[in-house]
Amino acid sequence: MNILAIDTSNRPMSVALYHNETPLIEHTLNSKRNHSVQLMPAIDYIMKEVNIQPKDLSKIIVANGPGSYTGLRIGVTTAKTLAWTLNIPLVTVSSLELVAANLIYSSGLICSFFDARRGNVFTGLYRAQEGRLTEELPDQNIAMEEWLDRLNDFGEPITMVSPTEHTFSDMVYEILGKRAKWVTGHLSFPQAGQLVLLGKDREPVDIHTTSPQYHRLVEAEVKWLEKNAQNK
Amino acid sequence: MDQEKILAIETSCDETAAAVVEGGTTLLSNVVATQMDIHQKFGGVVPELASRHHIEQITLVIDQALNEAEVTMEEIDAIAVTEGPGLVGALLIGVNAAKTLAFAHQKPLIGVHHIAGHIYANRLEQEFQFPLLSLVVSGGHTELILMKEHGDYEIIGETRDDAAGEAYDKVAKALDLPYPGGPVIDQLAHEGEETYDFPRSWLEKGSFDFSFSGLKTAVVNQIHQLKQKNEPISKANIAASFQASVVDVLVEKTYQAAQQYGVKQLIVAGGVSANRALRRSIQERFEGTNIAVSIPPLYLCTDNAAMIGAAASIQYRNNQYASLNLNAQPGLMIER
Repeated sequence: MNILAIDTSNRPMSVALYHNETPLIEHTLNSKRNHSVQLMPAIDYIMKEVNIQPKDLSKIIVANGPGSYTGLRIGVTTAKTLAWTLNIPLVTVSSLELVAANLIYSSGLICSFFDARRGNVFTGLYRAQEGRLTEELPDQNIAMEEWLDRLNDFGEPITMVSPTEHTFSDMVYEILGKRAKWVTGHLSFPQAGQLVLLGKDREPVDIHTTSPQYHRLVEAEVKWLEKNAQNK
Repeated sequence: MDQEKILAIETSCDETAAAVVEGGTTLLSNVVATQMDIHQKFGGVVPELASRHHIEQITLVIDQALNEAEVTMEEIDAIAVTEGPGLVGALLIGVNAAKTLAFAHQKPLIGVHHIAGHIYANRLEQEFQFPLLSLVVSGGHTELILMKEHGDYEIIGETRDDAAGEAYDKVAKALDLPYPGGPVIDQLAHEGEETYDFPRSWLEKGSFDFSFSGLKTAVVNQIHQLKQKNEPISKANIAASFQASVVDVLVEKTYQAAQQYGVKQLIVAGGVSANRALRRSIQERFEGTNIAVSIPPLYLCTDNAAMIGAAASIQYRNNQYASLNLNAQPGLMIER
């Protein structure tokens, strides 16, 4: 079974090709260039390198958010179109779980987060135990300060990990103190191969209706809802 | 020899569309999923919302286009997609879907200019005669484009401020009419009379450029004055007077340009070409000339993918293919 995995949720872009649980090739880059330009050539490249044709693919796994709206749509559009046209299953995995999965062989709480600007984050809380991840708090869009107060209630050490640039280091220290540990560098970046390990046995999604998990309404919708609530 | 079959995709604004076109002239299918009702309550297209809806529709629409055309991907000769201009987030959905299909089935990929599509919508109805002049009018464009041969575009006039369709939307807003303004104003104008003498912006002599912001301001000021004086506002008469000014300028400049460049065919394209007053007025002005006038049927006036497939046919025959690094180009120019 040849599995193609794709992540374009944030600035890093990662694609991987696995044969069952065996990695064949993984290609990850972290540059300011455009995922829309780079994704298809990257997939073309990794498949040619290991001599696999599109028709030889048997499953697609994609990180479907949260993250950069545009980035997510590039990955998810490509993944769903490929799965549909090749008539193979599509599996989606949380983009936050993907980052947390870098620490899957540790033990304890892992908070992965992406900067969502103006003091907000996209974040989720996972627990690693015996090579498995379980969700402790669901992925959400929340003010970092409020989120850290909730993390504080766990009273346990928490490993913080983020592939995006942010300015929350001081706030994390103030609220969680020494219970917060940071993982940076290589292990803070999404690696598409982890998608295969997380998603290979998961239930496929309905390809046509699949879209990213944005975890946030469009601003015009928020304003419209506020206005209509006032008028009532 | 069989003529090429092109699968075309268009997602530049608020319609998710796919079509199969044979030989650039025969429509095998034409599927359009519109988001009009979704954006209506916001008084205009919300780009992020448009992108979110495109991704939910894209494979459904392509699937339906293939089914209705009764062709499989193996029988498709090339994949065409609007690369620009348009909303970048919206364009990206179509571009990435098209690239994926081209990659998965090892088919040529063709990037098409949205306006070239609007012009080529007419070739699904009638073969082109060069030199050919196109009046392209929509929510985002007001342009006179001269073509001496297939795939060759020269802009000889364009708007210096608002597009014609944009002026319609702004006037509709000032009259508390729903979005989009074009069809509503066209309907109201039909019921009203031209009682206000709104300005016609001809610009300097010999120019084929347009300007609609002065007209829009004049209309808005007139509405304010009536409101201040507590006089009744006849929306129908304002609509009729506004529309008369827009149509006058569009038709006259188009006529002058057609004469000056000695064209054999005139094409009216883009969303505003659905406007009844414009259609009638163009026909009347060009009556008795040797210039063939073609105005597409209503379903080809608004955004659709059939027009993209028609335009792509020319590029297919010239082997003008894109590579897998094709990107959305929100500000793409039509002139080379």
